[in-house]
Amino acid sequence: MTITDSPVDNGVNVEALLGAREALSGAPEAAQFTFRASCTWRKGTHSHSTVAGFTGLGAEQQHRTTYEFDVDHPECFASEDNGATPVEFVLVGLVGCLTAGIASVAQYRGIQLRSVTATIEGEMNVLGILGADPDVRNGFEAVTVRFAIDADASREDLEALIAQAQKRSAAFDIVANPTKVLVELA
Amino acid sequence: MIKTTAVVVGAGHAGLAMSRRLTERSIEHVVLERGEVANSWRTQRWPSLRLLTPNWQTRLPGHDYAGDDPDGFMPAADVVATLARYARLVGAPVRTATTVHTLRADPQGFEMQANDDLLRAQAVVLATGACARPAIPGIAGAMPPSITTLTPLAYRDPGQLPDGGVLVVGASATGVQLAAEIHRSGRPVTLAVGEHVRLPRTYRGRDIFWWLEATGLLAERYDQIDDLTRARHLPSPQLTGTPEAITTDLNSLTALGIRIVGRLGRITDGVAQFSGALANTCTLADLKMNRFLNRADEWATASGLDDELPPPHRFAPTRVDPRTPLELDLTAGEFTTVLWAAGFRPDHSWLDIPVRDRNGHIRHDGGIVTGAPGLYVLGLPVLRTRASTYIHGAGADSGALADHLHAFLSGRRLR
Repeated sequence: MTITDSPVDNGVNVEALLGAREALSGAPEAAQFTFRASCTWRKGTHSHSTVAGFTGLGAEQQHRTTYEFDVDHPECFASEDNGATPVEFVLVGLVGCLTAGIASVAQYRGIQLRSVTATIEGEMNVLGILGADPDVRNGFEAVTVRFAIDADASREDLEALIAQAQKRSAAFDIVANPTKVLVELA
Repeated sequence: MIKTTAVVVGAGHAGLAMSRRLTERSIEHVVLERGEVANSWRTQRWPSLRLLTPNWQTRLPGHDYAGDDPDGFMPAADVVATLARYARLVGAPVRTATTVHTLRADPQGFEMQANDDLLRAQAVVLATGACARPAIPGIAGAMPPSITTLTPLAYRDPGQLPDGGVLVVGASATGVQLAAEIHRSGRPVTLAVGEHVRLPRTYRGRDIFWWLEATGLLAERYDQIDDLTRARHLPSPQLTGTPEAITTDLNSLTALGIRIVGRLGRITDGVAQFSGALANTCTLADLKMNRFLNRADEWATASGLDDELPPPHRFAPTRVDPRTPLELDLTAGEFTTVLWAAGFRPDHSWLDIPVRDRNGHIRHDGGIVTGAPGLYVLGLPVLRTRASTYIHGAGADSGALADHLHAFLSGRRLR
């Protein structure tokens, strides 16, 4: 099945993505993006972040609107719970990235999706962040994502779909592989 | 000043095949070789290495395998002997111990400095090999000084390594083969596994290269491949050539006692950190292998071979231990050696002609170098077909490029 005569519509413009790949391969500077967020401390563990602009395609770009996020810790950590925890934002980023990948790869492979739902869990021993046990890491010991997909495709095709979505996922790469992080005083 | 019509750089299988093609077309030429014929096979391959392709497939223009073991795998020493014999058979005009230092282009052709001589030629064929340099990731700079590091080009046998644990980085043909050999020497091996190509040595009683050839996969042309960049950079399949034709995959290495970890991502304060994506990396390789086996089975059925061949079957999925470590301390005494088996690159850095892209890869259209008329490159992966990656691919490739070169010379004479 070719892309052009495919009746499949997952709402993904695969031709635009393939066009972008072709165009950006010849213009490596334009392919260099910088994503960013701004954060302001409110009170206690509560902070407020906004995402509005990013750099890419050789220019400054703007989201359709400014997105706002409250980050906090739950009440059981003696906080006010004004928003999701930072680690939950990581989970949201990862599962959102994988889901976008599933829709895109399904479109490219001619698989019509009827529904895609996922649960994502990160296991964490808080003795790490509390500094109570030097053998326990701060972050997740493991992350598990479980996708339920209703589509006209065999189980084997769906397994290949989620494998490819992981392979091409930025957030999956960030979580699964070491990333250089610099934190400095302005 | 030495003048000739064409110069071939490199007297390996590709350069010799090209020499034969040029002789067939009565094109005067020399083959410049920095060492002796089959130099890389003489000096940069470990003795236990055997070709991944079976002997029957080790064909070159005007030469078929005539030995008594067509299904065997040629040891490195026999590859040297075969190529030396082939050079004599085709009467290749090889100048040994001749290193080309520079290559320049001008409107009259090409000029090159080789040892102390200046050579001029109308056409040049680069056949210096796909495995001239080992790929070493940038993170190698963070290696603790207590660790001995080694590349496959310098590796000969486990005896040259210190006692103690060895981290082999890379699980393609070289990595899996050396991991097994080193582990058997009593040095416990940890194998860092990134993207890889899993293939069984034999399937339904036939060698995998029989299937790759019979199904037409190896004949797929470069200009008909969807993602050519990816095809050209695909790691070599996890295969070894052994007298017993055994399959060397991650499951068999695990059974030997080798520890499998994810892709080496970083070394920080002496601690090696590995990717947590190992399970998916293995799943992708299993899926890709099964897609090819499906294609092989469909081809066998369509060709009416199902009665002749043993029935189809599938191999066990790659087992990944859920307790696979993400970090290993290279300074804690467990490890003494890191072996880089992260792939190889050609070396065209000595060219004084701007024909390389920003990644250093030579730009070419099926071996016809872009922007430098009269310049050709041979013996690279998926150069003109998927077979180009293997020795026998040089046969058709050298023929096609010699035709182009011949036409180029004719056009030049007409002007």
